[in-house]
Amino acid sequence: MPQFAIIAVSILFDGLAYAMFLFITSVGLSVTMGLMGFVNLAHGAFAMAGGYVVVTLTRTLGVGFVPSLVIAAVVVGAVSVVFERGLYRRLYKSTDLEQVLLTIGLAFMAIATATYLYGPIPKSVPLPDWLQGDVNLGFRNFPSYRAFLIVLGVVLIAVLWYAFERTNIGAKIRAAVDNRRMAESVGINVDRLFTLTFAVGSGLAALGGGLAIQLFGLSPSFAVLYLVLFLIVVAVGGLGSLKGTLLAALVLGVFDTGGKYLLSDAGGFFVYAVTVAVLLVKPAGFYGRE
Amino acid sequence: MRKFGWLGIAALAFAVGGAAQAETVKIGVVLPFSGANADLGHQIDKAFDLYVKLHAKDIAPHKVEIIKRDEGPPTGAQAKTVTTELITNDKVQILTGFVFSPSAIALAPVVTQAKVPMVIANAGTAWITNLSPYIARLSFSMWHHGYPMGAFAHGKVGCKTAAMAYTDFPPGKDSTEAFKTGFEKAGGKVTEAIPMGSPVQVPDFTPFFQRIKDAKPDCMYVFIPSGAHATGVMKAYGELGMRKAGVKLIGPMDLIPDNKLQDMGDAAIGTIVMGNYAVDLDNAENKAMNKAWHEAYGKDSYPDFMSAAGWDTMHAIFDAIKKLNGKVTDGQQVIDAMKGWTAKGPRGPVAIDAATRDIVQNEYAMEVVRKSDGKLGIKVLGTTNAVKDECKVLKLGRCGS
Repeated sequence: MPQFAIIAVSILFDGLAYAMFLFITSVGLSVTMGLMGFVNLAHGAFAMAGGYVVVTLTRTLGVGFVPSLVIAAVVVGAVSVVFERGLYRRLYKSTDLEQVLLTIGLAFMAIATATYLYGPIPKSVPLPDWLQGDVNLGFRNFPSYRAFLIVLGVVLIAVLWYAFERTNIGAKIRAAVDNRRMAESVGINVDRLFTLTFAVGSGLAALGGGLAIQLFGLSPSFAVLYLVLFLIVVAVGGLGSLKGTLLAALVLGVFDTGGKYLLSDAGGFFVYAVTVAVLLVKPAGFYGRE
Repeated sequence: MRKFGWLGIAALAFAVGGAAQAETVKIGVVLPFSGANADLGHQIDKAFDLYVKLHAKDIAPHKVEIIKRDEGPPTGAQAKTVTTELITNDKVQILTGFVFSPSAIALAPVVTQAKVPMVIANAGTAWITNLSPYIARLSFSMWHHGYPMGAFAHGKVGCKTAAMAYTDFPPGKDSTEAFKTGFEKAGGKVTEAIPMGSPVQVPDFTPFFQRIKDAKPDCMYVFIPSGAHATGVMKAYGELGMRKAGVKLIGPMDLIPDNKLQDMGDAAIGTIVMGNYAVDLDNAENKAMNKAWHEAYGKDSYPDFMSAAGWDTMHAIFDAIKKLNGKVTDGQQVIDAMKGWTAKGPRGPVAIDAATRDIVQNEYAMEVVRKSDGKLGIKVLGTTNAVKDECKVLKLGRCGS
């Protein structure tokens, strides 16, 4: 295979893996914002919490990495319902500013709590042997962990797509995103629907947080450090759109990786350039409602 | 005679009174206690506290009052605010701490104007000490590690070509410039220099390292701030199988912070760094500090090079207080008392260069190995004695002004 093709495949591979992480972590935020118009800046805190659950399970309790990811998603998803019922729902009719203040406050409290419990030093997780090292695809070796990210991402996309497009609940969610008042007037309980999607979204964020440990390391400030990235994915994809979030994650992931590889001097500039370009042409994002 | 007798008694009374007068020296400590780099602040803070606790008797009857403030993120803005408050509201007489170079750079004009000595315990951009006559530095300049690493990499590690990758802020440029100067002087060739984003977030290192792996240099010199980034570098390096591909990982010791080394795993083994400290360094002061550290903070907590610098920083401050008998209101006198200071610390023999107010210390080339007890540790491959900041010796760029 010629050199440029190898490089292109390599960029696509790394970019795809990065995109899968972005998608898994951001999709919940997108649906929350699209469905309820709720600005949840504590989304990153749920991801961070998921990461620490994985750390505790693997390091202290000796649970395997993959089961830990699943448990973290379920636990954080369940706990997020408490927050949604207890705090968030009081502010659904409030202004954006009040929502932002509540959720950013929660994020900072989460950071302080994590620092108190786990300390500020970044944590890592022990990976099973099959996720370490690399896999040979004939012309080039790829890190196994990134291959795992891609496979997991594809499976999740398939499941989410099926749930969103082919099930009764999915149809209700789509209806509620499109026109909430109409959906309510035909008898859809949007409130309960939202609790469900919120829990799933937070669970996915927790999964993303667990997956991120190997990529960035995990420290309490994870809750806000990467939030900008998730918000960019949501904005570029369009609020409440599964398809949009996926497309945005792919475009941003591949452009970021490609930019860093080919034009390293410009570094992380590309994510922002792409964001600005997309939003200039489509202010509501790829699949947003204008 | 009688008149002189009275004078003698007065003089005696004055002398006794002077000796008994216990001063309380106010020291402002500015370190990051929040955000991604909070653990860096804690590493130094713990060393400060420990030194003060163990050595309070050294300056008796004088006392120190420590006032701590959060340095914030590595931008310098918050550090400037809190330090200005320390000077104007709390009236501190000595400032210390300062992990990030931008903080020190932003504050240089402030301390010059306020005439308050600023004793830097970390910030490593080479030319910082030129910015104010009230700055003394006990940690290192990026050149302390980077410059000798150049010759060592070429001569001993066997790097003929090297790629450099660095976090894009002043010390990153400094460190790579130092390495390049030393490496090219020794006959090596630097193939490229890749900036890897800001110090605020740990980036995805894979695309950068993949590019370097494909270019196949003998060695990869990496500079990152010694926090969460280090673990990320080691993971990406290990995942990509770069050691197997023949690209050796070298750098300043920020790559292997002692308190994160155990978490790094096998990927770290074989990494060669240049630095001024490691927990495993064999000297009496280091053993004593480690023992006191474990007693105070538990057996799983380790000091690192920042703690060692913090230890020596407080040592120098205490010696200045002792030398001035607690009278530290004149900032110039405090700085003068520190010039030419020598001591033995956890890093070995250290001194403050009277001309530049910067540290003079030994540099150790160290390799990460798996020790007999199964833990990761370092093996000292070679020592360079009494290294000065080469940037100021060569008077390069801003180091010459």
